[in-house]
Amino acid sequence: MGNVIRVQHLNYTYPEAKHQALTDVSFDVAKGEWLAIIGHNGSGKSTLAKNLNGLLAPESGTVEVAGMTLSEETVWDIRAKVGIVFQNPDNQFVGATVADDVAFGLENRGVPRDEMVKRVDESLERVGMTAFADREPARLSGGQKQRVAIAGIIAQRPEIIILDESTSMLDPAGRQEVLGVIRELKDELNLTVLSITHDIDEAAVAHRIILLNDGKINEIGTPSDIFAHGTDLLRLGLDVPYSEKLKDALIQRGVAMPKAYLDNERLVDYLWTLHSTM
Amino acid sequence: MSFTYQAGTPFAGDGIKDVSGTIHDGSYTAIIGHTGSGKSTILQHLNALLKPTSGTVTIGDKVITNETNNKNLKPLRQKVGMVFQFAENQLFEQTVAKDIAFGPQNFGVSEKDALALADKMVAMVGLPHDVLEKSPFDLSGGQMRRVAIAGVLAMQPEVLVLDEPTAGLDPAGRHEMMTMFERLHREQGQTIVLVTHQMDDVADYADTVWVMAEGRLIKTGTPREIFSDPAWLKANQLGLPKTAQMAQQLIAKGFHFDPRPLTETELADQLLPQIGGGQHG
Repeated sequence: MGNVIRVQHLNYTYPEAKHQALTDVSFDVAKGEWLAIIGHNGSGKSTLAKNLNGLLAPESGTVEVAGMTLSEETVWDIRAKVGIVFQNPDNQFVGATVADDVAFGLENRGVPRDEMVKRVDESLERVGMTAFADREPARLSGGQKQRVAIAGIIAQRPEIIILDESTSMLDPAGRQEVLGVIRELKDELNLTVLSITHDIDEAAVAHRIILLNDGKINEIGTPSDIFAHGTDLLRLGLDVPYSEKLKDALIQRGVAMPKAYLDNERLVDYLWTLHSTM
Repeated sequence: MSFTYQAGTPFAGDGIKDVSGTIHDGSYTAIIGHTGSGKSTILQHLNALLKPTSGTVTIGDKVITNETNNKNLKPLRQKVGMVFQFAENQLFEQTVAKDIAFGPQNFGVSEKDALALADKMVAMVGLPHDVLEKSPFDLSGGQMRRVAIAGVLAMQPEVLVLDEPTAGLDPAGRHEMMTMFERLHREQGQTIVLVTHQMDDVADYADTVWVMAEGRLIKTGTPREIFSDPAWLKANQLGLPKTAQMAQQLIAKGFHFDPRPLTETELADQLLPQIGGGQHG
């Protein structure tokens, strides 16, 4: 496997800001891992993402991506390896048609025309948008727009995809649509996924979750480890899993409940045990 | 009423088909339906931004038809306050105070009274007093959204219409905003119409639900009535609130609920006698 991202003692302060936006952040991401980054607004999540592809330059510390240490010399090679899907689907379109839009990034990199046409077709097919190739991006639904944005990214053959709150402006159907596409692509293309999110369902599919608080890593753990924070999660920038809300309501009614996180299914099993021993 | 987009042109498309219904004073009505079902088109009829192609829409004592003149709609627009999706995109003034005061002044309130209203509304939406003199563009996205809502509330509308007011906010921000609307409804009897995809919000806050599909109003009822038929909801591509989903899993295991709970409080109350009522603790 090996690590595709290694961040060591990363510090970042915005120009003229009084406080550090990131303080001594260190973590590794394994190739093929799905890592979620959570934290309340202003906790440093997006600043961290921008430090990973050189949109911001670290004040101190090192960022290694795909075996390269981020610097002025490597930044363009690193950006070719890291694609970011942003929050607002309307702010990332430049092409007159869906196919033009997917081709844009390839044109910028000087990919020969034959190769470009091939990659555009292939990428649109992977996200299930082939039928929309000649449509205007503006006329698509939010979920479809994000799928086109993803096609534009995978056409450039990245190793890493960063989802920067990319499902937060979508309706529940659009959110499922986008996460479904990412999950398939991750397996097919052996991608590493970093998702910056407030969405509990998106965090739940990650292998590990990094919890950021005021620019520092508060905790790194599995979804079960992190979800065990229960009702505190709201303060930490995530919704509270339903099973934790119900657990809390039962504890308030004097029922003894296990401390560890139980998902819905395991909570149902636990409650059934109580029922059976009545 | 019915509404056809671009009526009389080759591009004519159905927006709303033969909808009849009443929204009562002091009610909290949720309009649900998947994207493209006509929810937002209905909303735009509630303050005559759109006029019905056929049929009538009555707001208070004002009847809107296809023939209604645009000139006399100002009192109606003051009566029905609209909070659009991503309302923060409509902020434009130099200071928060001026932005909030803009609406009331437009409806004839003096500058002094409008600024006094701005002062009051900032507190009502849970923003600190010192934002009044700041530029709205120096605030966070969630704070900007609150300023936009304060601007609508400052017109003291009789009906508050909300089109997915929490989209794009983080979970804590969503929760605070929904609590704020709930307080306006409960403490001041504010009539609220909410368009949402969040079934938990429908279960937690609404007293009436309209379900839209393909431009038609296919069902109305209380949240309990609407959510009592999971198969019907699924057939119409609508989800269940999380409590109702959990209740289904528990029923499959052998638990019994009557009526089916809609909130975790109701579910916990009904579970208690079935799991030994806390005697295990």
